[in-house]
Amino acid sequence: MILSDVLSNPNIQYLTVFILSAFVGIEVISKVPSILHTPLMSGSNAIHGVIIVGSMLVLGNATTNVEVVLGTIAVFLATLNVVGGFVVTDRMLEMFKTKPEDKRPADKDPA
Amino acid sequence: MTRGTFLDLCYLVAAITFILALKGLSSPKHARRGNMIAAVGMAIAIAATFAQPHLHHLLPMIIAMVLGAAVAVPTSRFVKMTAIPQLVAIFNGVGGGAAAVVSITTYISLTATTTVCRSFLGVSLNCYSSGGVKSVATYKILEVVLGVIIGTVSFSGSAIAFAKLQELMTGRPITYPAQQVLNAILGAAAVACAILLMTTGALVWLWILLVLAFILGIAFVLPIGGADVPVLISLLNSFTGIAVAASGFTIGNNLLIVAGTLVGASGILLTRMMSAAMGRSLPNILFSAFGSVVTASGSTEHDDGRSVRSGTAEDIGVLLAYARKVVIIPGYGLAVAQAQHVVRELAEELKDRGVDVCFAIHPVAGRMPGHMNVLLAEANVPYDELKEMDEANPEMSTTDVALVVGANDTVNPAAHTTPGSPIYGMPIINADQATNVVFLKRSMRPGFAGIDNDLLYNPKTVLLFGDAKDTLTKLVASVKSA
Repeated sequence: MILSDVLSNPNIQYLTVFILSAFVGIEVISKVPSILHTPLMSGSNAIHGVIIVGSMLVLGNATTNVEVVLGTIAVFLATLNVVGGFVVTDRMLEMFKTKPEDKRPADKDPA
Repeated sequence: MTRGTFLDLCYLVAAITFILALKGLSSPKHARRGNMIAAVGMAIAIAATFAQPHLHHLLPMIIAMVLGAAVAVPTSRFVKMTAIPQLVAIFNGVGGGAAAVVSITTYISLTATTTVCRSFLGVSLNCYSSGGVKSVATYKILEVVLGVIIGTVSFSGSAIAFAKLQELMTGRPITYPAQQVLNAILGAAAVACAILLMTTGALVWLWILLVLAFILGIAFVLPIGGADVPVLISLLNSFTGIAVAASGFTIGNNLLIVAGTLVGASGILLTRMMSAAMGRSLPNILFSAFGSVVTASGSTEHDDGRSVRSGTAEDIGVLLAYARKVVIIPGYGLAVAQAQHVVRELAEELKDRGVDVCFAIHPVAGRMPGHMNVLLAEANVPYDELKEMDEANPEMSTTDVALVVGANDTVNPAAHTTPGSPIYGMPIINADQATNVVFLKRSMRPGFAGIDNDLLYNPKTVLLFGDAKDTLTKLVASVKSA
């Protein structure tokens, strides 16, 4: 097979993207402190909510009733994942908003 | 630039934001911004999808999205902080379910029409060489199979994890005879089903596979004890990521592949870090039915001659007020009672009296790693008073009072002393080295891991029973008057 054939083969492209993403995924969080384990899990939970894009594409291109029903279910489930994921994560991280340095003054006013 | 190229670029931007978001979420300073960045990226991706050509069924799509948001926002906004782990489980599960449904629907669509390639999505769909496919390529079916199995396991597994955390069912590991054999049979049946699907292409095998995967997910989670559920959720989160990536392969969408794989890969690493924080290996957590050995012994059967000493709030208040150094060890009971503000009040009261106070946070205190930090930060406890376990332990021997608020397993000396104990080897906070130990507990019930704690029977231990918020409020009053 000629090289250009291989490179233009979408399957090989997908595989390339897959492998590279796996390395990026491991590399990018390798230094997370233990207090952020839970928010990180929750944040990545929201990110895999990107399945909403897949769900929308499937529903939008559905040709039979079965596909429409299944696609609608997928969009609904994926929306729960995306919206819930981001809101919950934000709520967890809200707690971290005050940094140690600006916490001191904040501590003084409630007597 | 064509519309298709532009939309693909939008997806690329979204993919980049997800990478940046994970990076941000790994540092306390940028965590919140990281989450925001991902949300913006997601909005771009959704907008780009709406702009795709030939997108039909917009009405059900928008209704489903509005409904989804209408359910998700209030639930995640107003649910109590203590219930957050359950929520993460459920939102993860529905994502896995969505991935499975996407894979199934795509398979139905692929087999239903012969001109799939040209009509489907308007994106290149792996039939670049020939005009139209009559039967679906084997590797394509394999992608569908992976998406369905992994997504469904994540869905049903998360549902059980939710039920365990919500205490709809026992948090104890559930075991039954020949469990491993049955699981192996289930797994083998799923593999057989997948092979039949690949050779015959008949849709019915996919439905059977769906059912098998559903049962497999339940069977996988049942034997895992409540205390290990956070690690389990992290693993299932990673599964959902992989299922999303598989769906991405199936429908030929790079964004799904990138985002799914990012979450899948980082999730595996995160799961390993979490289990390391508990001093256990992942296989040990998944397959050892942690805590099951003690399921037989109920909570009331420990009156075997040993007695516990329970004190009054006044006594303990005096003990605390005249101590030089107090270490507060919070646990899930603190979270349940929403006592984070009162405990800060107590700490401040003691500090005003010149007592050296700090909080010792076990890495898995509460129901999720970081749970206590979040709660105490909410109550404005200064960051430098929160000490991690490794930092706090060397100081325990010079501590006058270890005040254990609603924690149990994380201070159980059995982890050091009893080789047969299910928690043996787990790092604990050495509350037993302090001169006095005070437990604020709801009851004598054992902790989440379901094991008895010898420290409760230690002569230097005093117990104060009750809801953590009530007992702490009484302690604040008695310290004030001491």
